[in-house]
Amino acid sequence: MSATDHAHDDHGHHEQQNFFLKYFWSTDHKIIAQQYMWTGVFMALIGGFLAYAFRMQLAFPGKFIPGFGYMSSLEYNAAVTNHGTIMIFWFAMPVLIAAFGNLLIPLMVGCDDMVFPRINRLSYQVFLISAVILVSSFFVKGGGFNGAWTAYPPLSANSDYNMAPAGSSLWLIAVALEFVAFLLGGINFIVTAMSSRAPGMRMWDVPIVVWMIVVASILFMLSVGPLFAGAVMLLFDQNFGTYFFNPERGGDPILWQHLFWFFGHPEVYVVLLPAMGMSGEIIATFSRKKLFAYKTLLYTVFATGIISFFVWAHHQFIAGIDPRMANVFTVTTLIISVPIAEMCFLYIATLYGGSIRLKVPMLWGLAFVAEFLLGGVTGIFLGASGADIYFHDTYFVVAHFHYTFVPIAIIGFFMGFTYWFPKMYGKMLNETLGKIHFWITILGFNMIFIPLFFTGMWGDHRRIYNYSHFPDLVKNGIMQDLRIMATVGLLIMLSAQVIFLMNLIKTALSKQENCGPNPWKSNTLEWTAPSPPGHGNFAVMPTVYRGPYEYSLPDRESDFWPQSEPPDADKQA
Amino acid sequence: MTSAAVSPQLSRPATLAKPRFLEPAVLGVLIFIGAEVMFFSGLMSAYNIARAKVPMAIWPPPDQPRLPVESTAANTVVLLVSGLLLWLAVRAFHKNKQAVVLAIAGCTLGGVFVAVQGYEWVGLLSQGLNMQRSAHASFFYLIVGTHGLHIIGGLVGLLTVVRRLVQGTATLAQLRAAQVFWSFVVLIWPVLYVMVYL
Ligand code: HEM
Ligand SMILES: [Cu+2]
Repeated sequence: MSATDHAHDDHGHHEQQNFFLKYFWSTDHKIIAQQYMWTGVFMALIGGFLAYAFRMQLAFPGKFIPGFGYMSSLEYNAAVTNHGTIMIFWFAMPVLIAAFGNLLIPLMVGCDDMVFPRINRLSYQVFLISAVILVSSFFVKGGGFNGAWTAYPPLSANSDYNMAPAGSSLWLIAVALEFVAFLLGGINFIVTAMSSRAPGMRMWDVPIVVWMIVVASILFMLSVGPLFAGAVMLLFDQNFGTYFFNPERGGDPILWQHLFWFFGHPEVYVVLLPAMGMSGEIIATFSRKKLFAYKTLLYTVFATGIISFFVWAHHQFIAGIDPRMANVFTVTTLIISVPIAEMCFLYIATLYGGSIRLKVPMLWGLAFVAEFLLGGVTGIFLGASGADIYFHDTYFVVAHFHYTFVPIAIIGFFMGFTYWFPKMYGKMLNETLGKIHFWITILGFNMIFIPLFFTGMWGDHRRIYNYSHFPDLVKNGIMQDLRIMATVGLLIMLSAQVIFLMNLIKTALSKQENCGPNPWKSNTLEWTAPSPPGHGNFAVMPTVYRGPYEYSLPDRESDFWPQSEPPDADKQA
Repeated sequence: MTSAAVSPQLSRPATLAKPRFLEPAVLGVLIFIGAEVMFFSGLMSAYNIARAKVPMAIWPPPDQPRLPVESTAANTVVLLVSGLLLWLAVRAFHKNKQAVVLAIAGCTLGGVFVAVQGYEWVGLLSQGLNMQRSAHASFFYLIVGTHGLHIIGGLVGLLTVVRRLVQGTATLAQLRAAQVFWSFVVLIWPVLYVMVYL
């Protein structure tokens, strides 16, 4: 089905006329991956700008913000809301699941394209429309939606309260469309991984990142339905005066929280798993060692997926749920930290005794594990309902989930991008610039969120736009200093991205030769395709003879053994 | 820890035939149905939570027009028969027998179901039961309306395949994919009926 879809011709001489067809109407999974990736990065820039604006307001309340102006409380709320929404739904999701899923699944299972290429194209188009709707919602009367990314009613349901009648509906429509886009994409991922694997590739030969993206897609499929239902109900409440979440005539506002978090918690694993998988590939490749306990890792992933459906009410410990129920959810939340920790331990075990090469992708891969651990560990404090009564809605929560989401989305993006960059573009990025970029970004990131753990523990509520109105939040007089420190960290982190841009430009202009199919000497199938792979991906469709992580085998001369190399190829040579 | 002996995976048969349990199109539809089941579960649990919270279990509110319980029961039978006919159509196609008539009959019954539902809605609206009346009415229109949209979507899918069937270009996978989705919308209806109408 896939090959017949490419009616147009992509070869060099037609490039001018076909530019539109090639980059905007293509059904090639690699092009769609790029579309998703660069749209996601563009949206992240908007999200980053919003973060800059509201962090400046928090550090220097009421002062003029260069590039933004003075910030009202309504604008502050809209900025925070859309920052969160964009970073999760228009950056983490498109880049981690959609872009890397599209890029990697066909290449790593060894087929020529997705099973449903036109559905794939439709998926991106719907996504693009949703992004346009979201961005345009900033400019309508009343401004963008300002009821937080979790959109709890009654604030989100009634424009008398949120004062953004158009913005809140556009926001909901954008989110709902975005779900449709990923639903279409996810079906493709699952079906492709299940039915298009190269001959010889058994279940246990599938690279772990493909497994993780597939499990993440399944989690998304099974969790998004209830929230979609909730979104429709909320849209009706906003626009048609229904009573789904309005207690006045039999509705229930807490119901939304359940529908939202029933999706929301699995969603955090939806974005986690692809990043986790990428770091697994990278850590195995750059330690030149077999991934430790592949099957255990896989079972751990399944366990995480299943348990993730039973923890959602840890977000509602103080929403008036029955304390007995809170106990149950405390226990499930503590249980889910076991498989998460297990994954980290398996990666550390993979490193043990390996010949570790600290190339830039490896630095990102290691940073992912290290920083994510901090996020996971602080989740355990929040999961204990007794502690959470104090922590809830403070900056401690904010710091917790940024120690998970920043490793996932930002570190995850850079780790995948730097690792597969040679495959996508046939060139190598500059290592020195890459390392400088890495260290400054990591420094900035920690400088933002370590202080916020403390301000949170000392009482900073997370939804205040001007702390000078709360003179009692001063712990030893250093609270404001910590807030300023976080903002400075953000400025450092943002400016570090200039180095990344410089690296891209330098690499694009450099006249280096094609890096060849396998610059990292890795085993998985994508490294047997040319860099960049052409239409149909492989010169010769690969056959698989072994698992993906056969590194440093004692009885072999070279320290890697590609999955598609016939068993006695080296003896003949 | 790698064993010194030659890896046991060495002698993998290169042309391991992949058993295909399902056509990709059918598999895709099944995954989509998984998402749909969760979507309807969301609606149904929301409905049940709202219902459970009503004081003294007075549901629906007594001052509201009554829902057309009997005629909808008859309509439910119509829909179930439609589902059966399409199932038979796929079986017939599989055995190279005449499937067009069965498929068209099934689609027609599906169309009848939608028409009757629409007619009932017009009646209810004219009696003053609209979405803004109460949470019960909001849920009634939301759930039944969502299901109605699914019926229409399923019919559009079926009719596209039936057209190809008439032209002789339909494949078994296409027919089965459309029919599997149709079975889902047919089979979920009795559940919704019992929950919302009774
Ligand atoms: C996969 C990585 C994780 C991500 C992406 C993540 C993300 C989040 C987010 C976004 C929130 C805040 C939502 C909001 O109110 O706006 C949150 C809160 C929470 N997280 Fe995590 N989390 C992760 C892992 C964990 C783990 C492993 C645990 C516990 C074992 C955990 C426990 C909690 C709890 C209990 C809360 C609620 C805190 C409160 O609102 O009072 N999280 N997490
Ligand atoms: Cu959670």
